Amino acid sequence: MSPRLTVATAGRVLRQVRNDPRTVALLILVPCVLLGLIAWMFNGTPVLNRTGPLLLGVFPLIVMFLVTSVTTLRERQSGTLERLMATPINKADIVLGYALAFGLLAVVQALVVIAVTVWVYGMEVAGDLWVVVLVAVLDAILGTALGLAGSALARTEFQAVQLMPVLILPQLVTAGLMMPRAAMPQALEWLSRGMPLTYGLEALQQLAAGATLGDVLGAISAVVAFIVGALLLGTLTLRRRTA
Amino acid sequence: MRNSEQPAVRAEGLRIVRGGGRHGVVVIDGMDLEVPPGQVVGLLGPSGSGKTTLMRAIVGGQSDVTGTLEVLGLPAGHPDLRRRVGYVTQSPSVYADLSVIDNLRYFGRLIGASQEDATRALADVDMTRMADRRVGVLSGGERSRASLAVALLGSPDLLVLDEPTVGLDPVLRRDLWNLFHRLSRSGTSLLVSSHVMDEAQRCDRLLLLREGVLLADGTLPELLERTGAADAEGAFLTLIESMDTPMDKEPVR
Repeated sequence: MSPRLTVATAGRVLRQVRNDPRTVALLILVPCVLLGLIAWMFNGTPVLNRTGPLLLGVFPLIVMFLVTSVTTLRERQSGTLERLMATPINKADIVLGYALAFGLLAVVQALVVIAVTVWVYGMEVAGDLWVVVLVAVLDAILGTALGLAGSALARTEFQAVQLMPVLILPQLVTAGLMMPRAAMPQALEWLSRGMPLTYGLEALQQLAAGATLGDVLGAISAVVAFIVGALLLGTLTLRRRTA
Repeated sequence: MRNSEQPAVRAEGLRIVRGGGRHGVVVIDGMDLEVPPGQVVGLLGPSGSGKTTLMRAIVGGQSDVTGTLEVLGLPAGHPDLRRRVGYVTQSPSVYADLSVIDNLRYFGRLIGASQEDATRALADVDMTRMADRRVGVLSGGERSRASLAVALLGSPDLLVLDEPTVGLDPVLRRDLWNLFHRLSRSGTSLLVSSHVMDEAQRCDRLLLLREGVLLADGTLPELLERTGAADAEGAFLTLIESMDTPMDKEPVR
């Protein structure tokens, strides 16, 4: 592994993204628009203050997951991955390079979306706002990490698109968005504890209710652990030799 | 100079299965082969003959390779070879959403090539004027040249080129073959595949491949003398016919 090659790869990915301004605009605008719709729909109720922070964690995760799955699939199909594998670059440099590039993108996305939600839509977060930013960014990086790990499963465009409903939707169902986790059947509650998204949303829920960094440190550590695990899995499933 | 004693590629009892798992297809079954160093060796054969599979195995990108396969004296796929072997896949493998020069800069960083290397590689494929163009807007031939330029970055000891001249105009094709010979004179070994038999006359040495079997290994004059044919295409046909006729089973090599 070499930090120089990781940074070179991140720089390359960012340059590709910069050459596609429409994607950047979509990445940042879509979550803003969705939150705007909710703010508008529940105008005059405290719904935005309660669910807004949760959605700040969910939208970036989904968007980053999709972007990463598609990008890595393209890398496989264009033959550039095969070419990379014939160079001295370490597999971890590729995975970390992607995580770094999309992580930076996630920071920009989270800052813009949260700024708009707070200052334009008037969302009030009872807890520490900067911790909300932190969790939103970590969730977005988690989306990238899961996309990198999941892309090993996808061989075609159709499969890549299906990965989202397969890997992300069950997490949304069990993460406590639809029903408090405490009220779930025991087995589902246990299942939800094994899902990466659960912890980010738990932290955001608590932050919406007035928690500080110390209260959500455990949940944040769990998100970080899942990120590391997914990146490791993404590295291990990259193959220098293919059939 | 470089170690000129060692063969660039040596295979013994090479067997390659493509596709993996239960659906795997044996593409090459028991091939012996030696590519001498510092020469332009043409790997000729029709599409589906196993050229790409053999090349993928040589650069270490192919799984299910058994038997002996040595590249520059090391087992194929050895980490030390990643700096010494350049590989150009058949379809251009460069990033379509980056400019030509950005592609060269990125791959150059990976192998420790300099800005001068990038400038030289661009000139080698006659793309200096197009450096800032995005690969996505280039023609097919221009993309292949951009892809080739990436492989020329690090001055590798062995260049494995999968059909690098397909779809190029005759002038450029001639220029590229001249470049290949210039590289080989400076000590680089080249393995160049093609399904166009005309390109045989451009190679120092030929490997004729059909259905995973090596039909011939030698220079073009040797081949023509052995088969009595007038050109490579004729020699290829004679070899296939002699193999297909049950009366005449003895190998031509």
